Amino acid sequence: MIGQADFTAAVLTFELAAISTVILLLLGTPLAWWLAHARFRGKAVVEAIVGLPLVLPPTVLGFYLLVALGRNGPIAWLLEPFGGAGLAFTFPGLVIGSVIYSLPFVVQPTQDAFALIGRRPLQAAATLRAAPLDRFFTIAIPQATRGLVTGATLGFAHTVGEFGVVLMIGGNIPGETQVLSIAIYNHVEALEYGRAHVLSGALLVFSFVLLFLVYAINRRLPGRL
Amino acid sequence: MLDVQLHAPTRAVTVLFGHSGCGKSTLLHCLAGLERAAGQCRLNGTWWQHDGRKLFVPTHKRHLGLVFQDARLFEHLSVAANLRYAMRRSRAGAAEWSAVVELLGLGPLLGRAAPTLSGGERQRVAIARSLLTRPEVLLLDEPLASLDAASKAAILPYLERLTAELAMPMVYVTHSADELIRLGDQVILMEAGRTLAAGPVETLLSRLDLPLAHREDASAVIAAQVQGWDEALHLSILRLGTLQLRVPQLRPQAGQRVRLRVRARDVSLTLDPPGRTSILNVLPAQVLETVADSPGQHLVRLRVEDQILLSRISEFSQRHLCLQAGMAVFAQVKSVALV
Repeated sequence: MIGQADFTAAVLTFELAAISTVILLLLGTPLAWWLAHARFRGKAVVEAIVGLPLVLPPTVLGFYLLVALGRNGPIAWLLEPFGGAGLAFTFPGLVIGSVIYSLPFVVQPTQDAFALIGRRPLQAAATLRAAPLDRFFTIAIPQATRGLVTGATLGFAHTVGEFGVVLMIGGNIPGETQVLSIAIYNHVEALEYGRAHVLSGALLVFSFVLLFLVYAINRRLPGRL
Repeated sequence: MLDVQLHAPTRAVTVLFGHSGCGKSTLLHCLAGLERAAGQCRLNGTWWQHDGRKLFVPTHKRHLGLVFQDARLFEHLSVAANLRYAMRRSRAGAAEWSAVVELLGLGPLLGRAAPTLSGGERQRVAIARSLLTRPEVLLLDEPLASLDAASKAAILPYLERLTAELAMPMVYVTHSADELIRLGDQVILMEAGRTLAAGPVETLLSRLDLPLAHREDASAVIAAQVQGWDEALHLSILRLGTLQLRVPQLRPQAGQRVRLRVRARDVSLTLDPPGRTSILNVLPAQVLETVADSPGQHLVRLRVEDQILLSRISEFSQRHLCLQAGMAVFAQVKSVALV
């Protein structure tokens, strides 16, 4: 029923989503913290840049990434001394594209959660001798669990479902850059509706179950009321 | 803009008193390093802020405890975990833990989650938590202001025990005269970021040039010694210099020194010794000063033995009696309250 190629595409998709989500949490959490607490001129500019993938056609983002990551792009130039040759049409290139594409989905809920906590509990922690990093890990992170879980889930699900950016910078190389959404597109192009049904249905069910679990669990998590 | 000098001695409660917006909370937050204003700040021998030397110690390195008006418990933790948070970082030991839990009566609350506590309980936990940081100074920012009357009444005895038992300087911000009188040793009256006056609570309460004496609940505080208890009449007999005071219901131990709050509106004046009267205490007094109060009202400052009383009388009475400094009068004290 499900072929070897489809299976490979599925594994690749979840690998990509998992790696991207980890990177997104590592990058997005401090970024969200900074945006929630820092007051500086040009903050709106940073927020607009982070939010761009929400409104930009994926092909536009993908096109610029292709230029940046391609053989003649700046990344290739940087990697050249180490024997690299650009990241377009490679798995690492896909990871970079996914991280940028899904960044706002992680940063915005996390930033909102941090903003909701506010300065008050952190000031209280400071009077209890907690240093800044200590306060971040013992007060901010536990109280922002809801926002972090929501952000991670949306980032993961959004990466699983991305299509345009992947097509632009990753192409369609089985086992290397061919993800589920591309595989479905291929099946439809080849009029293999049966196989397209299987994959589409699986993704639909997966996405629903994931979101359902998050909303159900989130109600029990400590967020701030 | 803050222009205040504050010196908080050990074993004393310094009250910062003033209307909301006068800068008293800001001053406290500056002491804690949560806000910054130009100035200098030192605890014992350690500088916390010295602008000349470009020195500013961050809050978490200052050995202080701060109780916020809104308690600020960590909502994701239990009561015990809130206390442990402070304890772990200050390396307080099991002895301190049990002392603080006992002092604030927290035993039954330890297992509760923070969001399930009432306002008064939250504030008790917050006080305990700040004590477990083993502070060298305790700052309290209107800790009772957001509580209802019943919770206030329930928590005041804990604060009184605290101020009596702990040998550490405390700075207490409030706009409640009741808390000022019950907890304060010295007071800094603040207005628009400046010091209006500073000194012992008893002295400032009765100064007619300051706003404290012109409040609706203006009072004087006097010290007296317990002489005995009349079982049949349910009266305490107190000694005030060479005079005697009779106070119903109060039953302290003989010999104990007590502080009594006497409200200005509970003291009336007469030029001749009253004949038969239901008033329990009629004290010979000398007028020190009189001043117009709110329209139709007059305030009189009196000396009774070596202590000061205030009396609020009507403008009509003032014209009728023609009170002037130096005159001998009789103060009829309708009621007193133990502080």
